[in-house]
Amino acid sequence: MSKIKLIIAREYTTRVYKKSFILLTFLTPILFAALFAVPVWLAQIKNSETKDIVVIDHSKSYQAAFINDDVYHFTFCDETLEDEKKKERENALTGILLISGDLTQGGSATMYAETQIDLETKIHIERLLSDYIETQKLASYQIPNLQEMIAEAETDVHVATIRWTKDGDEQKGSAEMALILGMVTAFIIYMFIVMYGGQVMSGVVQEKTNRIVEVIVSSVKPFELMMGKIIGIALVGLTQIFLWVVLTLILTSAMTLILGSDQIVNTDNQEALHMISEMSGSLNLGSTLLYFLVYFLGGYLLYASLFAAVGSAVENETDTQQFSLPLTIPIIFAIYAALYSAENPDGPLAFWCSMIPFTSPIVMMVRLPYGVPGWQIILSIITLVLSFIGSTWVAGKIYRTGVLMYGKKVSWKELWKWLRY
Amino acid sequence: MNLLEIEHVVKQYDKHRALDDVSLTVPRGSIYGLLGPNGAGKTTLIRIINGITAPDSGKILLNGEPINSNSTTTIGYLPEERGLYKKMKVGEQALFLAQLKGLSRSKAREELKYWFEHFEIQGWWDKKVEELSKGMAQKVQFIITILHRPQLLILDEPFSGFDPINAEAIRAEILQLNKAGTTIILSTHNMGQVEQLCDEIALINQSRIVLQGNVDEIRKMHATNTFHVQTSCPLHMHHDTIKITSTEKENNYLIVKPEGMSNNTLLQELMQQSNIVSFEELLPSMNEIFIKTVTQNLSSI
Repeated sequence: MSKIKLIIAREYTTRVYKKSFILLTFLTPILFAALFAVPVWLAQIKNSETKDIVVIDHSKSYQAAFINDDVYHFTFCDETLEDEKKKERENALTGILLISGDLTQGGSATMYAETQIDLETKIHIERLLSDYIETQKLASYQIPNLQEMIAEAETDVHVATIRWTKDGDEQKGSAEMALILGMVTAFIIYMFIVMYGGQVMSGVVQEKTNRIVEVIVSSVKPFELMMGKIIGIALVGLTQIFLWVVLTLILTSAMTLILGSDQIVNTDNQEALHMISEMSGSLNLGSTLLYFLVYFLGGYLLYASLFAAVGSAVENETDTQQFSLPLTIPIIFAIYAALYSAENPDGPLAFWCSMIPFTSPIVMMVRLPYGVPGWQIILSIITLVLSFIGSTWVAGKIYRTGVLMYGKKVSWKELWKWLRY
Repeated sequence: MNLLEIEHVVKQYDKHRALDDVSLTVPRGSIYGLLGPNGAGKTTLIRIINGITAPDSGKILLNGEPINSNSTTTIGYLPEERGLYKKMKVGEQALFLAQLKGLSRSKAREELKYWFEHFEIQGWWDKKVEELSKGMAQKVQFIITILHRPQLLILDEPFSGFDPINAEAIRAEILQLNKAGTTIILSTHNMGQVEQLCDEIALINQSRIVLQGNVDEIRKMHATNTFHVQTSCPLHMHHDTIKITSTEKENNYLIVKPEGMSNNTLLQELMQQSNIVSFEELLPSMNEIFIKTVTQNLSSI
């Protein structure tokens, strides 16, 4: 086995067998699944809860507005607010609604409760009263069939989005799904650059503080050690992504079976599912995956090599902050640029940030689902590849001097000198 | 035949010249002492021999051939700043490092088994390095260094961190390896060890070699004609050229012989006064030579 393969194998196995890796890999899909399942589950629980509300309306003109349903139970009474407050009850009261005067003419409706009334209840009562008063008013105009006329006039316009390609083909697009797909892939790349770039850096710092680096570089070239570490950790990242995708698929399909398809595939979700199936045609998941891998690896290699250089230049992990800041700032900027690019995927910010290699891996992922001209993609990828070759070269130079430099406080000037050794 | 030849090696770091025209030859089968104060350039030289850094100019010949990426398999290197992966198990780690030195996995396992048995540390195989004491970790590292049976063993302060018992065990092992034909470069500040172990030395000071050669010859060269003499009764002698000083011990004297006088003439002079119990030339210790050379070198600049 060649030496660089030995290094890659060591980096990979020591990380993949770590408890933290196994935990993170298996818990994250469960967490995702939970994010999906818990709201469904909570919605079911909520249905069994009832809310008892006492309505004090001395005019008695609004009693018809309050219709009891599964959740809301209204009772009416004529006593004063103070008496009602003091009353002993079997079930805890959600609140007391006090209506005074004519609501259309400066009267008021007020909710009294021991605990803060939740928004849902407030909105429900507001809607009941508004609808009721609206109906009353309409009736007072005494125009026959007014209700039907209004219902008929109501329109709900849905703008369909369709992309056309050069050869005139039309594709049904979905702006929502493009946004989701773009943001998810951009965020995964962002997360992995930060997470695994950081691992490369701390790995290098550890080898340096351990002093094992001197033993290893007496057998392999420093550049081989650095690249072995970067590649090994990249493989760990790819393994993690692969396992996440597989596990999430297994879990969601298992959940669909357990919770019953009718629960998840209710009207809203059906729409979403429909959109997803539409999208898979228009967004071309295959090429998205390919671009994802290209930008993921390109971005990771660019940053990881620089993180390795930073790790080699410092004495211990607490010192890394000063030098890693110039690296983390563009990454954080990239995720912000990605958010804004999603709103205007062809704007100047989106364009330039998807060309500049320090931001392109993240920003381009957001733009891709909206369709990006081929020359832009090619230019962006070429720039990225050239940049990571350059950054690896620079990092290699800093690294081979840095890892063997003990007990020296390093400055930017010093780093510049190392480049020329 | 020389195992290692270093010819006119120069290494410049920005404004600091770490090695300035350094040449030395290490005879095959010898124990070669590499001495010098801190920061003199020893570590740079060792790194150049190991191929870790490249010299700006000059040649390094191992077995008569310039060093290349394959030479690392014939060199074993124990750096002064040593360490292992703390979270990795001893056995796994040893296998990894041995494979980096070109051993196959099965061969490395076989060798490791031998050395672990030899040092009676079989129980450490599945322990993590962080569970070992510093001395234990050093022992493991020593084994890893010699595992691939290198022709040239470079040991930088090999005894630091060992208790006297383990230091003695390591010393015996070094001598054993040397006897079996391994050439050893020993870098140390302990001059006692140099006298005990080394055949030849090179003293590096301020990036240059200031003293080089056979240990015994160097000591003779620096001899001050001082003798330790023990007599049976007190000496009452005043001589124009022979300087006699008594020591704390009764009838023990330090005698400085004038230039040109033979030992026999000196003895004859002394015998007139008393019976000689012992007569021994005091050669300067390597420690004295080291300090003298380095300080002279300093004042000459």
